[in-house]
Amino acid sequence: MISFSMPASRTHPLAEVPTSPSVDQTGVEERVARFKTRSIKENAKMGALELILSMIDLTTLEGMDTPAKVRQLCAKAMHLHDELPGLPQVAAICVYPTLVGTARNALTGSGIKVASVATGFPSGQMPLKLRLAETRSAVSEGADEVDMVISRGRFLRGEYTYTYDEIAAVKQACGDAHLKVILETGELQTLDNVRRASDIALYAGGDFIKTSTGKVQPSATMEVTLVMLQALRDFYRRTGQIRGMKPAGGISTAKLAISYLVMLRETLGQDWLTPRLFRFGASRLANDVLLQIAKQRTGVYQSADYFSEA
Amino acid sequence: MAKKKKPTLNFATDWSYAPAPESTDHVTIENRYDLFIGGKFVPPSKGNYFNTINPATEKRLSSVAEAEKTDVNRAVKAARTAYDKYWSKLTATERGKYIFRIARVLQERAREFAVIESLDGGKPIRESRDIDVPLAAAHFFYYAGWADKLEYAFPGRTAEPVGVAGQVIPWNFPLLMAAWKIAPALAAGNTVVLKPAETTPLTALKLAELLRDIDLPPGVVNIVTGAGNTGAALVNHPGIDKIAFTGSTAVGKIIQKAVAGTDKKYTLELGGKAANIVFEDAAIDQAVEGIVNGIFFNQGHVCCAGSRLFVQESIHDELIDRLKDRMETLIVGDPLDKNTDIGAINSKMQLKRINAYLKIGTAEGAELYQSACAVPEKGYWCRPTLFLNASQSHRIVQEEIFGPVLAVQTFRTVDEAISKANNTPFGLSAGVWSDKGAKVFKVSNQMRAGVVWANTFNKFDPSSPFGGYKESGVGREGGVHGLLPYVRLT
Amino acid sequence: MKKPVERIPVQKTYKLYIGGAFPRTESGRFYKVEDGRGKLLANMCQASRKDFRNAVVAARKAFSDWAGRSAYNRGQILYRVAEILETRRDQFVAELKSQGLPITAARGEVDQSIEQLVYYAGWADKYQQVFSTVNPVSSSHFNFSILEPTGVVGILAPATPSLLGIVATMAPVVCGGNSCVVLASETKPLCSITLAEVLETSDFPAGVVNILTGTRSELLEQFATHMDINAIVYCGDDAAELRVVQEGASLNVKRVVHCTDTVAADPYRILEAQEVKTTWHPIGA
Repeated sequence: MISFSMPASRTHPLAEVPTSPSVDQTGVEERVARFKTRSIKENAKMGALELILSMIDLTTLEGMDTPAKVRQLCAKAMHLHDELPGLPQVAAICVYPTLVGTARNALTGSGIKVASVATGFPSGQMPLKLRLAETRSAVSEGADEVDMVISRGRFLRGEYTYTYDEIAAVKQACGDAHLKVILETGELQTLDNVRRASDIALYAGGDFIKTSTGKVQPSATMEVTLVMLQALRDFYRRTGQIRGMKPAGGISTAKLAISYLVMLRETLGQDWLTPRLFRFGASRLANDVLLQIAKQRTGVYQSADYFSEA
Repeated sequence: MAKKKKPTLNFATDWSYAPAPESTDHVTIENRYDLFIGGKFVPPSKGNYFNTINPATEKRLSSVAEAEKTDVNRAVKAARTAYDKYWSKLTATERGKYIFRIARVLQERAREFAVIESLDGGKPIRESRDIDVPLAAAHFFYYAGWADKLEYAFPGRTAEPVGVAGQVIPWNFPLLMAAWKIAPALAAGNTVVLKPAETTPLTALKLAELLRDIDLPPGVVNIVTGAGNTGAALVNHPGIDKIAFTGSTAVGKIIQKAVAGTDKKYTLELGGKAANIVFEDAAIDQAVEGIVNGIFFNQGHVCCAGSRLFVQESIHDELIDRLKDRMETLIVGDPLDKNTDIGAINSKMQLKRINAYLKIGTAEGAELYQSACAVPEKGYWCRPTLFLNASQSHRIVQEEIFGPVLAVQTFRTVDEAISKANNTPFGLSAGVWSDKGAKVFKVSNQMRAGVVWANTFNKFDPSSPFGGYKESGVGREGGVHGLLPYVRLT
Repeated sequence: MKKPVERIPVQKTYKLYIGGAFPRTESGRFYKVEDGRGKLLANMCQASRKDFRNAVVAARKAFSDWAGRSAYNRGQILYRVAEILETRRDQFVAELKSQGLPITAARGEVDQSIEQLVYYAGWADKYQQVFSTVNPVSSSHFNFSILEPTGVVGILAPATPSLLGIVATMAPVVCGGNSCVVLASETKPLCSITLAEVLETSDFPAGVVNILTGTRSELLEQFATHMDINAIVYCGDDAAELRVVQEGASLNVKRVVHCTDTVAADPYRILEAQEVKTTWHPIGA
């Protein structure tokens, strides 16, 4: 039986987590607007596009997903656009636990990781016992990474020790797999909440903090992402530990993704400009990036007709 | 046990931004400009011209006329004639429509104005494009609407124009200052003679072309270029009813003394040394952004710059760490590059002044810190600079530097912050950063400053009055209060 | 010798203006508008209460975005309407003339309409300064009163002047951040729909202004009693009509404005469609 009651002699590890700073929304919006004025051209643009491609988690999370759908997505991941030589690979495929095995087989030898959602994705409204079982199941099927959801209702009620504990428990159930903690920022609503949830997730052991499931609007925004990157930065400065971040949903154009990259660069710097520490959760983004790469290489504007759908 | 190395961030990334130059081939700068008097460009009486250069390259952009006393006299006469014969006889609605035209055409020609502003003055194109030009257009649009509504601006009073206004503006926001001066003057029914700063005359001259293109009646606005002598001739001219001056406190005092004994109305918008106060309960990352915006915006060439940082001692180290990180991402360079954050210092003379203060501050015992960014070889540049551990008695804390240089002090209590912030002959602006509303209102109530920014900084709007207490000047620009200097109330 | 071939003009269909689109009345009904000499000018849509209902839904949907725009933005849009109307001056003059107005009067009415749009464009970012206050309460509080738009406003435009009457009642209402549903002049409705075309091409968001043509006797009660309308502007001097408006308003405490001078340009018109909100906040550390 899993119990979260603590012996009276110990304080909860949440007490070690520093108070989260408050966040001024208008100030964040202004900083974001300034990131968007950066003009990325020529070789800087090409470098950005290739980096973005290498950071994508190609995703399919539909109720109507089938093995064939997943196999086609994996095929796309391994052959983004063969007409353009020298392209980097995407970072991972993200699927439901029941399709992890299919993905694993389809991606054999490619080096592309398999990420699985778990813990009652997307709502998380499921008893903890079952959420942990689902996590273990996904890992045993071959998932390299697990994307969990926090219990937003509990968090919004102020039950932060519960939030801490559920993340720590899922991390334990992951074993060697990497854990991404989805905050579902669209339901957290305020940037103060996003910051607090980020801090809890990092101290509780999450390898990545992730914005959203993509099933709730709004999903990722530059504003929540900035707050989360600042949480990562402060966590690193306090503990020396390096963790990652993933915005997911709503980033469908290369132009927007480049703005995210600018934001990443100017908030965390060189060490975070790698798919080991930053991912884009997206499906349509890849093709838009490919169109832009083709345009950069050939000099002419492209048509979607020439790029395979996933 | 050895002390663990403090985790640092590395902002010198492999992925850097490529040059992103704003195109200039759609922009027209004449080889030479004459004076704009009576609706036409006319040569200066003595035939003298002087160069205006690009401070980023030190290359000549154009030559502009030097207005002598006779030229100033001509301009004032033209303004008077326009006032008597036409402008004062026009209905207020029609007057407003001319000013609306200025706003709309400025929006149409926005990019050209922005590029020329950056070429002539050194400010980044991002700022002239996104801030200076839009605000200038908005200022004309706002005041255009007041022209036929003056009966609502002053309860119980009838507003009449003053007559002819003589206006002298500085080099830090050339087009925007021209808008701040001309718009309310015209809206209230006055005519204008304006002298732009000698290092930044071009956008005022392009504005003159615009005024001619929209068929503004001749003589309603006259532009006379020149240096200190031209300005003095304008201020001292007996035909001027009202003087508006934005510039240094020293010159402002000279003007105030010069008009003693005359009937001339005047407004002065002078220097500042604003306190930017960050309490421990501030939203810290946004406060850092506000500090950066407060002192590095427009290379610190801002009268209301937040040039004295007061940090509550308990958060000093943490805040300075974040500030230093943020400074590493500021790009100093070609003003016409869209990614430039800090452009060129406006002139050789100004750079000399700033560098002199850098020496003074170091000699006084403050700790100088600059970001590691590269700066171009030619041109006038200053890296973003902090002076840590500064004290109230340091010259770098008391005197206006007018560059990207921030003096940092700590405080312990609310009352101490208020007291130190007010302990200055200046009083233009102040910043207050705290998450607690009651504290924000208490502190802003007690700031002896004309503009208080709470949890923000360097925000401007045509509807928002701007101006200083004490030696930062007298009178307000913007909003309803900005009409007051340009009317006689009966 | 051949006779020159006469060019057949393409006749205009006048529809309603709801939610940024030009639908026909769902009722399919029409009424004829003729010039003074019995010539048919147009078949106007006779709007039904369902059209009216749809218009209120559109106005409500558009309200919070419009109210949330900056005052500067609203002013710019109103000024744009003036720009477009100025460009189409001749068309409006001709339309007024066709409905019986002498040409000088027609020109004057169009010019005044343009001036009023410019006038209210210039009020958008100023009325707040004129009508708001900071109140010196005796406790240690910062206390301020500001205006907020009331919401959806129903406007019964005057019979004449048929163009200026709409501009003079609609402009101050939208200047202040409200959205509206206008019932045009029944006898001279042509310019109302042509004005809708001008609004539609002036960056006005869909649904901020909705214009219906039809009969006042049928729709007056609908305007008066709709529970999702916050204020109603009645132009006219029929005591019985006014009574209907006032009684209907009582159902949900609509603000009632009886507009007697239908052409005056006046910032108090803006005030009529505004609420006042007073906020207190402590001052102290």
